[in-house]
Amino acid sequence: MIGLQHYLILGALLFCISIAGIFLNRKNIIVLLMAIELMLLSVNMNFVAFSRFLGNMDGQVFVFFVLTVAAAEAAIGLAILILVFRNRQTINVAEIDTLKG
Amino acid sequence: MEQLIPQIVFYTFSLAMVLSAIAVITVRNPVYAALFLILAFVTCACIWMLLEAEFLAITLVLVYVGAVMVLFLFVVMMLDINMDLVQQRFARYLPVSLLVAVIMLIEMLMVVAAKNFTVELFPMPAPHPLGYSNTEALGELLYTKYLFAFEVAAVILVVAIIAAITLTLRKRPNTRHQDPSKQVQVKKEDRLRVVKVETDTEYGKHT
Repeated sequence: MIGLQHYLILGALLFCISIAGIFLNRKNIIVLLMAIELMLLSVNMNFVAFSRFLGNMDGQVFVFFVLTVAAAEAAIGLAILILVFRNRQTINVAEIDTLKG
Repeated sequence: MEQLIPQIVFYTFSLAMVLSAIAVITVRNPVYAALFLILAFVTCACIWMLLEAEFLAITLVLVYVGAVMVLFLFVVMMLDINMDLVQQRFARYLPVSLLVAVIMLIEMLMVVAAKNFTVELFPMPAPHPLGYSNTEALGELLYTKYLFAFEVAAVILVVAIIAAITLTLRKRPNTRHQDPSKQVQVKKEDRLRVVKVETDTEYGKHT
């Protein structure tokens, strides 16, 4: 019997994998953006599962909006990435340290 | 038997999803990472089908696999990345990333896998009847209760388009190009100059 718990655990697993991905890929902004996309996907998984098991469609509407914002975020993030590469010839996060943050 | 098939489907797809997610963050080549991310999205769409969210499953495949991941692949292609440098110190961050991920997973499981969300508390909902349309229900909600939010989402997409174009637009002063608006607005006076020439009335006088 696949209950709500199974989907929530799957979402948690996915979220933790993408957190690990953000720590691992310090050298590559592209994979970092992909890890953020995975995180949004795991959150969407929780929304859809709760929407189904509570019988409430509002969760699916939220997933719709999250998808919209995620697409916009990916487009702008990749545009910034291209700008960074054009100006610095690198996508290494460790080398982009002009602000000394 | 009726309960076994959803179980097999769920475990197969979730295993594929978790494995492809691990592959996304560990493979060296960003192209392979993007392809594994596509696999993760497609399997996630299948799991959403199991949750009877058909419209969102199709949207996930169309928007993510069709648009966002193609964008990712294009960007990976356009950038000339040195692969050896990219993952040189991969092993250095492995312990701390594993530590953080495992701690977070334990914390989440303490909430999620405890007795808060069991089948007794959240019983399996009955499947929708035959004529039920997920798209129709979602659209009805979207165009009535969430109409304003829907319009704001449209504005966000327009802003994202403009931002992405203006960020990557490059002005190159040395290239020669046409300016159609200037071409259209040109007047006869700008191009054509009528010169009064003194006509030579007495032909043959100078010879």
